[in-house]
Amino acid sequence: MVVFDKPHALIDVPLHYCPGCTHGIIHRLVAEVIDELGIEGKTIGIAPVGCSVMAYNYFNCDMIEAAHGRAPAVATGVKRADPENHIVFTYQGDGDLASIGMAETVHAAARNENITVIFINNAIYGMTGGQMAPTSLPGQVTQTSPYGRDTKHCGFPIKVCEMLSELEGPEYLERVTVNSVKNIRTAKKAIKKAFQNQIDGKGFSLIEVISSCPTNWGMTPQAALKWIDDKMIPYYPLGVYKDRSAEKEAE
Amino acid sequence: MSTKQFLFSGFGGQGILFAGKFLAYKGLIENKQVSWLPSYGPEMRGGTASCSVIVSDEPVGSPIVSNPDMLIAMNLPSLDRYEDAVVPGGVIFADSTLIERKVKRSDVTVYYIPATRLASENGTPTLANMIIVGKILKVLGEFNDEDVKAALGKVVSAKHADMLDVNLNAMKLGADYE
Amino acid sequence: MADKVLMKGNEAIAEAAIIAGCRHYFGYPITPQTEVAAYMAKKMPKIGGCFLQAESEIAAINMVYGVSSAGKRVMTSSSSPGISLKGEGLSYLAGSDLPALVVNVQRGGPGLGGIQPSQSDYFQATRGGGHGDYHMIVLAPASVQEMAELTVKGFDLADKYRMTSMILADGTMGQMMEPVSLDFDIKPEPEKPWATTGTKLEREHNIVNSLSLVPEELETLNMKRYERYKEVEKNETMYEEYMVDDADIIIAAFGIAARVSKNAVNEARKQGIKAGLIRPITLWPFPKAPFEKAVEHAKAFISVELSMGQMIEDVKLATSCKVPVTLCNRVGGMIPDPEQVLKSIIEVNNGGVE
Repeated sequence: MVVFDKPHALIDVPLHYCPGCTHGIIHRLVAEVIDELGIEGKTIGIAPVGCSVMAYNYFNCDMIEAAHGRAPAVATGVKRADPENHIVFTYQGDGDLASIGMAETVHAAARNENITVIFINNAIYGMTGGQMAPTSLPGQVTQTSPYGRDTKHCGFPIKVCEMLSELEGPEYLERVTVNSVKNIRTAKKAIKKAFQNQIDGKGFSLIEVISSCPTNWGMTPQAALKWIDDKMIPYYPLGVYKDRSAEKEAE
Repeated sequence: MSTKQFLFSGFGGQGILFAGKFLAYKGLIENKQVSWLPSYGPEMRGGTASCSVIVSDEPVGSPIVSNPDMLIAMNLPSLDRYEDAVVPGGVIFADSTLIERKVKRSDVTVYYIPATRLASENGTPTLANMIIVGKILKVLGEFNDEDVKAALGKVVSAKHADMLDVNLNAMKLGADYE
Repeated sequence: MADKVLMKGNEAIAEAAIIAGCRHYFGYPITPQTEVAAYMAKKMPKIGGCFLQAESEIAAINMVYGVSSAGKRVMTSSSSPGISLKGEGLSYLAGSDLPALVVNVQRGGPGLGGIQPSQSDYFQATRGGGHGDYHMIVLAPASVQEMAELTVKGFDLADKYRMTSMILADGTMGQMMEPVSLDFDIKPEPEKPWATTGTKLEREHNIVNSLSLVPEELETLNMKRYERYKEVEKNETMYEEYMVDDADIIIAAFGIAARVSKNAVNEARKQGIKAGLIRPITLWPFPKAPFEKAVEHAKAFISVELSMGQMIEDVKLATSCKVPVTLCNRVGGMIPDPEQVLKSIIEVNNGGVE
């Protein structure tokens, strides 16, 4: 009999996320993976600035709150403080990772820093109340693009996996989503691989998780999950963008 | 009690900083208080290089030499710039290969040494700096092989140990030049 | 004497840091402090340490934040414009009560400014540099020997009080060579039970954090932090006095300005003027005591600075403006020479300058 239980790596407290937000699912997937790999005691997580700023209250492992966008640099420090004994992950949103912290992201990837990055892309700034993100879609209405994102005025969304895949550095890049049971399973596999890569010393792994934000998208949770299928995935196709080890094997 | 303030000046690449470093190390070996302060930044690349060296029996105050007891001018711009700054009764060493004019002041002692020519005749074109240093030590009455070798050992890296004697010979050339 | 070596100030900092047990350095090239990074790049790989050239000063200070969170000694160095970029990180380090050593080999500003020596980051250093209520321990070396000694001291103080220690040097101190003895008394590093090194499933999780959304709690945190700062003020203030006891005219100067001023004081004494020098070694905490004492017999104070007059405010506060305090300065990379300082002493002694 399978009993539904909370992973040990997740502290049993109420999360502060909005109803229907997918952060909870992703937290759980990360925690399950930490449990399954038996690494909680050596894992240090880095929380971002954004909706998941208080992730440090939810994970049972040691946690650090970083300045906005700087999580990959902080992770670099933590990892290099004790490369043999530290498993380090960052958990970052799109504003944190792809806007203010883009330099830190790109250079950690270019260095093939041996860390795991969980990148939550919900195409909006959630914590500050729904402003345009670097990943907001063309035409998307937000508080700071009230007439829809005008690409002539403020450019185009950044496709992080595609962009980083051009770099020699990173080991593993995959885009997943969590809007269905099937997709959640795929997402967990990807996250597990991203941690396993670090354990194996393979280097930088980033999992981009296409997420929903019913509150700031102005939709019901259900409609938001459908919007992922209808709007987000066509622009941000799911799949593996880089897997150096697999590519090597294939050769 | 005595304090000697040196100002070395010339083109980047003439070994200005190296010559200063040698004197500082020699002072250190002789239990003196020393300081060495280079000019730094873009001016070093191809432009003028200078360094202040102070060797003293007392703790060194300001490491900046604005009025040298001894000016080592290895090119004309250096002499033009610093001639008037030398203390009355001070000494100027001028590389007369590169400086055609004479020192205007009459209250200083001047040694004209064709260091660049001597260096190139000696087959060591990069050691004009050390030829002048040899002369300085001679004038100060401080030239003895042992101390000079010890100080050279500090500034010439172990990889180039063969350069030790080459430097020493260049210095002797300067010391013996009349 | 025999064990002394000639070293550049920047190199002395790097070597002293290694001796103090620092095995992690992160930085970004900027004149005139690049020798620190170059020295670390050469040495760290040979001793199992980590030198990493960061993509920016912002990244570098956040790497420092990471290593410090993990409980290890760590440092970065830069020069003025780079320190501005690190300002955010300095505030976060303070907010998370993390120890670190940060070196500022100052150059002229504002903006890109120049690359020659300056002391115009005094406000930035002593008033925090980033946002929020906090202090750093600011150490001002005036010799290459002190560049090394205060680096070791800086690590000790940082660990002891869980603060950032900043070495506030200038281009002259960084570039000059003087004899250094590297024979230090190295204290054992304190335990860091708060560090995020992995729970090993043996304890509750540690959190390194500067976020506190409940005003009452954030207030308490700030109050407590300032109690710790009071301890620093009480225990760690450092200064040098030179011919102060009977002095009429007292110079306040740190770093290279103090070296220049010492020459001027000597010359003034030769001319029969009772001049003296108070050299703050800690700029924060500022050494108020010697000024409070000296103001009882001094006719006037002169603040000698490579800035438009920054430390002079602390001198005025420390002397409660009981006697005139004047400024003798050069800026933009220029350094006052002893003659200028002497002239200032003579003028003030004659009562000529307010």
